[in-house]
Amino acid sequence: MATTSAVRAQGLFRAYDDFVAVNGIDFDIQVGECFGFLGPNGAGKTTTMRMIYRTSPVGGGTLEIFGRDASGQGADRDLKAMMGVVPQLDNLDQEMTVTENLTVFARFYGMSKKDRQTRVEEMIEFADLVDKRDSLVETLSGGMKRRLMIARGLLGDPKLVILDEPTTGLDPRARQRIWEKLSELRKRNATLILTTHYMEEAERLCDRIAIMDAGEIVALGSPRDLIQAHVSKHVVDIRLGFDGDAKALKPLYGDAKRVEELQDRVLLYVDDAESLIARVAHEFPELDALVRQATLDDVFLKITGRGLDG
Amino acid sequence: MRLPGDIDLGAATSVWWRNVTVYKHTWVKNILPNFFEPLLYLIGMGIGLGYYVGAGIESSDYLAYIGPGLMAAAAMNGAVFEVTYNMFVKMYFARLYDAYVCTPAQIQDVAFGELMWAVTRSLIYGFGCFVVLVGLTFYGYPIITSWTAVFLPVVVIMIGCLFGLIGQLFTASIKTIDLYSYFYTLFVTPLFLFSGIFFPTSRFPYGDEIAWFTPLYHGVRIARAFASGNITTEMWVSCAWIVVVCAVLFALVPRRLKKRTF
Repeated sequence: MATTSAVRAQGLFRAYDDFVAVNGIDFDIQVGECFGFLGPNGAGKTTTMRMIYRTSPVGGGTLEIFGRDASGQGADRDLKAMMGVVPQLDNLDQEMTVTENLTVFARFYGMSKKDRQTRVEEMIEFADLVDKRDSLVETLSGGMKRRLMIARGLLGDPKLVILDEPTTGLDPRARQRIWEKLSELRKRNATLILTTHYMEEAERLCDRIAIMDAGEIVALGSPRDLIQAHVSKHVVDIRLGFDGDAKALKPLYGDAKRVEELQDRVLLYVDDAESLIARVAHEFPELDALVRQATLDDVFLKITGRGLDG
Repeated sequence: MRLPGDIDLGAATSVWWRNVTVYKHTWVKNILPNFFEPLLYLIGMGIGLGYYVGAGIESSDYLAYIGPGLMAAAAMNGAVFEVTYNMFVKMYFARLYDAYVCTPAQIQDVAFGELMWAVTRSLIYGFGCFVVLVGLTFYGYPIITSWTAVFLPVVVIMIGCLFGLIGQLFTASIKTIDLYSYFYTLFVTPLFLFSGIFFPTSRFPYGDEIAWFTPLYHGVRIARAFASGNITTEMWVSCAWIVVVCAVLFALVPRRLKKRTF
């Protein structure tokens, strides 16, 4: 059977004791695609990832990876040999150097000694860690550690790369470098799955995104489609003062397609921002107002009633 | 290559190799205590205390009596430390096993690799003790008196396997690292004292009968038999005991570990 699906799930389900982590989700990730799972902490992203990379049992539904059944445990070794996994938490071997970490892990993929050495060299270069090759892992910066984790995940030359929150906790520059590495990977035609709660990351890297909340996929599509389907093009973002009261702004609401009242701000979703911002400047000169493009954060806010940080 | 229990020997060797790699960083510093410890026990207990045990025990000199048993204890200690504190740290604090099972390796491969390493440590400890025993024998204390002593490394491997598996089972069953103090004070230390290393287990009422159900007792019996060349039926019973218990634990450990990690 010819298939272009890399990972396909139908009714995928997983519960822990009395808590449903993943509640019957469907998705179909294509070969060569970069697919993102976006959602707040506890939405079920990591559990979904762990089921895909076969370290957590499938609780229900079906899961196929490259057309093969992955809901049992029978073919796990073969399936895992096709995947590269970069988990969320740092689990590098702190007692070993950069090179040793890669050399030891390369052994797990059953390569010959010569192939192993070549591959480890490639990965040290890919991760820009040539100068750090003999340093112990504990002496590396957060960004270097994350690049080493990615390099370790790529040792087996995987067809499918799974990254769980690859840039969480990194400073903007380190994050930028990780994104460059992931773009490089995309050029090599690997299928990428990543989770994130940064919408900027999802917009920049992903072809399609599944927004998850409370164990379910609440929206699925390309970043642009999601924004178009769920919110308007622009947002007028008005910041209220300390004693800010949204009531005074009510007369403006008629001009917007949708209004979102937050604790310290009011968001007005509009297609034509210029006339509205002019009106704000005229009628409420004391308030800070700015126009910005609508983002996935706004989509998430609309669908779930709260922001990605909340 | 696959071993019984769907263990991939290549993946297990990778886990073993990881431990060798880390050990290579510090082995120069760590190797010496392996010689000092048995030497101190043999001098303190064997030559010091032994002076007052003039008649010896079971028709052998006191030093010769305790020598092989101390080697069995060294093998136990070598294995146990690796699969208790060290394994717990790797599993829960360093999350290394999570990283291993993201490769094609499965948890049973990881467990077997750690067991191989525990046995390696037993051999390192046991070898240190063996060298001291041979040295003292040449010095004039008749500890190793038979060619059958060439089988002592096999005894060390058996003891390493046995205690490696016991420790793994314990590690796979606990949730906090504090519980190891019970493992050491209520299991390892009593075994060291009451397995017939320093005095016959028959010293206490039902001592033999109780000791028969404990692991180190059999290791000591086998070690003593091979050191002296006094090969008895009891020794073969002890060999069988260790093999059977190892087989049971071998089936049990991966199942337990899987519950904790998968």
